[in-house]
This record gives sequence, structure tokens and C-alpha cells, in this order.
Amino acid sequence: MFDSLSDKLKKVLKNLRGGQDKLTPEHIDIAMKEIRMALLEADVNFKVVKQFVDTVKEKAVGQEVLEALSPEQQVVKIVRDELVEILGGSSSRLVFLPRNPNVVMIVGLQGSGKTTTTGKLAKFLSKNQGRHPLLVSVDVYRPAARNQLSVIAREIGEPVFEAAELNDPLEICRSAFKHAQQTGYDTLLIDTAGRLHIDDQLMEELQAIKAEMNPVETLFIADAMTGQDAVKSASEFHNRIGVTGVILTKMDGDARGGAALSVKMVTGQPIKFVGVGEKYDALEQFYPDRVAQRILGMGDVLTLIEKVQQEVDEEEAMALQQKMMEDKFTLEDYRAQLKQMEKLGSVDKLLKMLPEGMMRSLMGFVPKISDEQAGMMQRKLKQTEAIINSMTFKERNNHHIIDASRRRRIAKGSGTTIRDVNDLLEEYIQMRRVMREMMRGGLLGGFGGKLLSSVMGRKSNRPNFTKKKKKKR
Amino acid sequence: MGLFWKRTKKQESEQPANEQAVEQTSTEQALEASASVELESQHPQPEQKAGFFKRLFGKTEAQEQEAEPIVRAPEQEKKSFWERWGRSEENAATPASEPEVATTSVARADAEKMSLFKRWKASLNRTSENLMSRLDDVIHGKKVIDAEVLDHLEEALIGADIGVQTAMEIIENARKKVDRSEVSNFDELKRLVKDNLLDILNDTSGKGISSEVDVSLDIQPYVMMIVGVNGVGKTTTIGKLANRIKAEGNEVLICAADTFRAAASDQLAIWAERTGVPLIQQKKGTDPAAVVFDSLAAAKARKADVLIIDTAGRLHNKANLMAELEKMKRIAGREVQSAPHEVLLVVDAVTGQNGLEQARQFLKAVPVTGIVLTKLDGTAKGGIVVAIAKELRIPIRYVGIGERMDDLVEFSPEDYVNSLFD
Ligand SMILES: Nc1nc2c(ncn2[C@@H]2O[C@H](COP(=O)(O)OP(=O)(O)OP(=O)(O)O)[C@@H](O)[C@H]2O)c(=O)[nH]1
Ligand SMILES: [Mg+2]
Repeated sequence: MFDSLSDKLKKVLKNLRGGQDKLTPEHIDIAMKEIRMALLEADVNFKVVKQFVDTVKEKAVGQEVLEALSPEQQVVKIVRDELVEILGGSSSRLVFLPRNPNVVMIVGLQGSGKTTTTGKLAKFLSKNQGRHPLLVSVDVYRPAARNQLSVIAREIGEPVFEAAELNDPLEICRSAFKHAQQTGYDTLLIDTAGRLHIDDQLMEELQAIKAEMNPVETLFIADAMTGQDAVKSASEFHNRIGVTGVILTKMDGDARGGAALSVKMVTGQPIKFVGVGEKYDALEQFYPDRVAQRILGMGDVLTLIEKVQQEVDEEEAMALQQKMMEDKFTLEDYRAQLKQMEKLGSVDKLLKMLPEGMMRSLMGFVPKISDEQAGMMQRKLKQTEAIINSMTFKERNNHHIIDASRRRRIAKGSGTTIRDVNDLLEEYIQMRRVMREMMRGGLLGGFGGKLLSSVMGRKSNRPNFTKKKKKKR
Repeated sequence: MGLFWKRTKKQESEQPANEQAVEQTSTEQALEASASVELESQHPQPEQKAGFFKRLFGKTEAQEQEAEPIVRAPEQEKKSFWERWGRSEENAATPASEPEVATTSVARADAEKMSLFKRWKASLNRTSENLMSRLDDVIHGKKVIDAEVLDHLEEALIGADIGVQTAMEIIENARKKVDRSEVSNFDELKRLVKDNLLDILNDTSGKGISSEVDVSLDIQPYVMMIVGVNGVGKTTTIGKLANRIKAEGNEVLICAADTFRAAASDQLAIWAERTGVPLIQQKKGTDPAAVVFDSLAAAKARKADVLIIDTAGRLHNKANLMAELEKMKRIAGREVQSAPHEVLLVVDAVTGQNGLEQARQFLKAVPVTGIVLTKLDGTAKGGIVVAIAKELRIPIRYVGIGERMDDLVEFSPEDYVNSLFD
């Protein structure tokens, strides 16, 4: 793991003259080096990075530094906003025309996840957009590919057109289309064979299918783990076939997902969904801000939030939140929170989901997560717990009374040093401060407040995509 | 046939953990189906049997000839094979695009000899855009190596997915030498970077398994486990590997331990059929470790030389799935001493920086001994394997350059690095 972008920026910008109220070209130049690195490490294509950095540079020079932000926070904000703007776009909803059937073509490289996504999409469309999909696979090449789609169709309970006697992709499409028309399926999802964008013959096959089927959507399936090559494959698919949208798969992995930016930049087409698991309902709306933060190494906070929401006892969390709001978050609560964290699983996994800047505020230091350090974190958490355990009830509820002699006693009781106890108290005090700020929506704006309220169990403010879509229909 | 089955069954029934496996008719069918293969290759020439590893790499004409009759997929047998599986024709049908079903090992070897490097290189250079082509534009008309040249070289390395860190180190090294005037022209610069990459790729000795030659001949069955994230090409690689190892005169058995993905074992069954190698499978949803157990018993019983285990694709950050993999490994080690002897991590050439994390995490769960880099026939360069070799010292064993049975070549650091540059 690398330092988060904001930490790096902080480091490099610190050396500049202080007390400035504008971002100088000097600031920007130094910052852009770090941003370039962060983006490259996230697998954004190097040409795209260049373009992106130039755009951001232009926007950043001369900008007023907002009062609440330090220069590096300001830069991160500009970068993030720009990323969100580029990644964002029209909604995930597939727009259908009043004709039967509407054809949706699924295309992409081998192994990108087309077949699984086809199944997910069918399920999604029938559940959320009231469609009646018919599935068909025209992958006559990969062993058992058509069978795979049939099995999936059975599992999600949607019809599949098999026509095993046919072996020509275009012919299969034709009969599936006819069948859909006659039977009254309003949507035909065509799962095509994975192919290399430089395979002329197979690209021509796609062109032929597209020409004849006239799909309302041609969705390019891109693996979130893709590296620099994303630009080539996506642009080639787009140039030859004409892509209308992108689905980013395997986002449940820990790739930073810079390919999203590359693909978006070269196709200009909206990213409509993200695949987040092997189950057939693991298809989600695409949130540009989530992915932007992930690309910048700010962690997938929202994933963490979801996890926390599942695991954390709501009532307990509400109580904690209340305390934070009232600035009554005690060491007792701190300990309770550590316990909650333990419930969530191993520290290193958790940390990987958290933005590191936030980690610094919450934990007092930024963990760089090597195995050793993860172990150290785990020990540190245990130690923190031990220290709090050695405090009296009174001490836990009012840290102000913990003087030098009490600290000595606590250190002894917990088998730690006075320094450890001091460190802990300092962290705790700092954490209270940060929480106070966050609850006021200060530095981190609405985001921080939202995050905390979500972490603490309040129902997410995030629009419920599924329900919303249904209502609209 | 029947006798063989009974022997296996008896042995299995002595193993308590295997009760459910024995009940599975698919296992019986698999073993029965494979028995015809067994019958014909049951009594191989002794020297043929002994020289697995030697033959795998240092083959002679004579050995090729010997191996030939074992690779076969005549029409009739194909049919009966499928009939015994109780499958319909359509499922058994080989996709129209597969022209290579009955390749003989001689033909294969010839083709390989002729075109190995050429084909590989061709696939690497498919778009005529290699690391150097853009650089040449920059260099054009210049006499000295300046910052711009080095920047472009760095970009070229990054563009091949070698990774920012590794690329920067290599360039930093070059910069120093340029500053000290140890490198003065572009050819020297090229050579330097090449050597740098080669050092990394070659410095994997002592780690993993760089060649089967090192492995004791006593080991039987030689258990190979194929692992990786979803969709990288594991199953296809197994088809290719089975074909290759079998063509060397070995008795190969495949285990379908992907019991999760839809039609995964059907896919593998078609490869088994193409290569004429028996397959052990269970119904979807079975504990993969049970299938592994099953296949180990079968491999022992039929004295197979090599057992190749296909595993379900899994993301390396899913603890439960990695634990499942670890369990398979444990079961293998319990049944056959020091198994799995080889664990190949399959990495897709399009993979970016996440490939390194994949390697790290898989290495934690199973003793990865080598990398298979697939889909090099595309435009991606798969440079992340350099970072993997650098940090984890895992050697790259094979390269996948297409979807056909013989589209697997041994990795050669020299060829790889050269193909990036020339
Ligand atoms: N072009 C090309 N395609 C390949 C290569 N190796 C595998 N493929 C294709 O990649 C796709 C996925 O391959 P599989 O072998 O099913 O991958 P897998 O890792 O077993 O996939 P899961 O079991 O679903 O995780 C298939 O369409 C293969 O034909 C290769 O070297 N080159
Ligand atoms: Mg597979």
C-alpha cells in the first residue's frame, strides 16, 4: 500500500512557503507529480494521465485556497472533483424503445465477465425495470460457454434461447430475435464470445450482429483489474462496434480501478453498472465519487460503510453517534468501538477499505499495510484495549482526571509503558476533536458527516437505487 | 475396466471423508469413461514412463514417435466417450472453430519448433507498437540521451504494465549511468534496460519451480494445482498443459475442482475430451476439497503420472475463498506426500498493478511455484509479471498465446524482453 495522495501532497507541499492564499504554479507542479504517480499506480493509462493532469493543472493554478482547506486538501479536492466529473454522466438506467424486442449486446475481451454480467443484467432488468428478458449466447467458440449461460438463466429463473442445432452466431441471433418477437419478450440480451480487439474476423462478426440486430444498447464489459491496455481494447471495441455503455466488473476485488477512467476517456460512454460479486444480484449502480476516491487511494469508504452497517449493532451505534454529537465520546465508548471493529474482521482488511487520511485522524497514524504492520496494528488495538481495561470506571468516563500517577498505574496494570498510555490519550483526544469537526460538517463537508452517521448506523443517505427506479416506471 | 474401478472404489471406501464422493455417479462415470484411455496406455514402455521430466523439456525425435499413439481423438472413440457420459451430442460437439482436435505430437512439436519464438513475438508485436516504437520518434535526430528520452522510456515501461515503482527504479539506474557517462548512446541504453529486466526475471532461482527436471522422479502422481482470479484462463491453460504433458508420454488426469461457476466442469470436460485425458468431476456445489480428494485417490489407483487440478476463479481478497483453496492444498498434501508439487498462478496479460497483490495473496494461501501469463496474443504486455518476479521471486513458467490447444509456450526471459524491445 502506498501513502494516500493527500498525505503525499501534504509532505511535498509543506516545504513551500506558508501562509499563501492561492495555489501557486509551484504548488501545482509539485502536486501534479504526485497525482501522476497516484493515477499510474491505480492503472490509469499513461496517456490519459497526461491529459488529465494538464486539465487539472489549468483549473488549479490561481485558485483561491478555501479557508477551511490546506493547500493539499485543496488540490485533492480539485483532482477529485475533476475525476468525478469525467467519470460521471448519465444514469445507469437502460433506456428502451417502444419496440419488441429491444436488443442489448454484451461485448468484451475474454474473461472480462460477460456471461455472468448478462445473467445479472437480466435479473436486474426484470426486477427493476419491469422487463421480460430473453437470454441468448452466441459464444460458439469457448467450450461450454452456451451451457454456462443456460445454467445461469435457470438459476435466475429467466428464459434462455438455446437452439443447439445452430452454430452460426448471426443465425442464432436471428432465430432468437424471431422467437422473442413471437413469444413477446421485450428484451433480448445477447451474450457474445470474448474476443481480442485485434481479431479482425471476430470483430467483423460483432459488426455483422450489430448491423442486423440494431441493439438499443451495446455494453462493453471491462475488468476493473485491467491495466494500461484498457485504452487499446476499449477504443478498438468502440471504434469498430460502437459502444453505448460500460459495465465495470470485479469491483469487489481490491484493484484501484483506474481502467474506469481510461475506458471512460477513450469511449466517452457512461459507465452504467459495476459488478461486485459472483452472485447474480451483485450488480450495482455506478457511483463516480466512489470510484474516484478509490482511484486516488482514498479507500472504498462506502464499501466499508456497508459492511459496518451489516455488522454493527444499530442501537449501540446510535448511542455512540449521539455521544459524538454531544461531544461525550468517552474512553469507555472508544473501547466499545474497538470491539465493534474486531467484529468486522482482521485489521488489515478493514484498513484497506479506509481512506488513509481518515485513518490518521481516527487512529493517530497512517498504517502502511504490510503484513508486519497489519500485525502491529492488531497488537496495537489489543494494547489499546488493555490500557482502557486497566482504567477505572471513572477514568474511562472522564479522561481529564487521568494524571501522571494514574498514568503510571494504568501502564503497570496493562503491561505497557507510560508513553503508550500517553499516546493513547493523545490519540483519543485528537479523535474527539476530529469527530467534533466532522459532525459539524466542517473540513470534510457533508461527506464526513454522512460517513460517520453511516458508520454509526444511521440509515444511509445514499438513494436506494432499486426502489427509486421502480417508482419511476 | 471394471477391475480398475473396483480397486479405486475399495480404496476410497476406506477413506472416511470420502463417503459422499463415492456416491457420486459422475465419479464412477469419469473413471469408467477414462478406462478406455487407461487400457491403451496402461502398459507404457518402462523408459517412457520414467522420463517424464526429461521428456517434458528435452525431447528427442524418438520419444516424439513413441508418444504419438497416445495422443488421439478419433471420431469413434470421441463418441463413445460422450455416450458413456450420458451426454447429448450437442453438448459434446466440439465448437466449430476448434481445428486442432487431433493434432499429433509430432506435428505439434514441429509447429512449435518452427514458430515458438516467432509466434510469440508476432503476438507480442501485433499492433506494431512495442516499447521502442514510440521511443524511436523521440530519439529521432537526437545525439544525446536527455531527460525527454528517459521520460519516454519510463512511460514505455509503465505502458507495458511493469509498474511505476519498477519502472522508476530502472530509469533511475539508467539516469545515473547516463550522468556518469557510462551510457552514451541509445543502443547502450536499450541494452542496459534490457539487462535490468533480464536480471529481475532471471533472479528467481531458488524460489518456486523453474523446471520439472529438478523434481524427483519418484513423485507419483505429480500434483499440479492451477489457481488465479476469475476469467484469467485457468481452465484453458489446463487443457493446453494436459495436451502438452500427455504428448510427452505421461498419464495425465484432470480434476474439476471448480464446482462453483456455472458449467465450469462442462468446459473442462470438453478440454478433457479434446486432449483425451480422463477427468474427475462432481456435481455443482460439492466441496472442492472432496473432489480433490477423489481425484487424488483415482490418480493413485490408476498410477497416473500427473494430476492437474482446476480450481474456481477467486478474488484474492476474499478470505473464505482463499481458505477454501488452502484446504484443497492441505487435502492434497495429506493424500500425496508434499503435494501439490506445483502451483501455477495464472495471470492475464491485461492485468494491471493488481496482479502483484494477487500474487502476494495467493502465495499466502498456497505455495505458488510459478506463473502462467495468458492472453499475450492481445496487445497487452503483461509487464506486471516483472514486478511479481522482482518482489516475490516467482518464476514465470508458461505463456498463453491463443485459445487453441497448442497455444502454450515455455516462458523465456530473453524472448520476452527482446519482444518488448525489438
Ligand atoms: N486470446 C486468448 N484467450 C485466452 C487465452 N487463455 C484463455 N483464453 C480465453 O479466456 C477466456 C477465459 O478462460 P477460462 O479458461 O475460462 O478462464 P478461467 O480462469 O478458467 O475462468 P473462470 O474459471 O471463470 O475463473 C476464455 O474465453 C478463453 O478462451 C490466451 O492465451 N489467449
Ligand atoms: Mg475455469
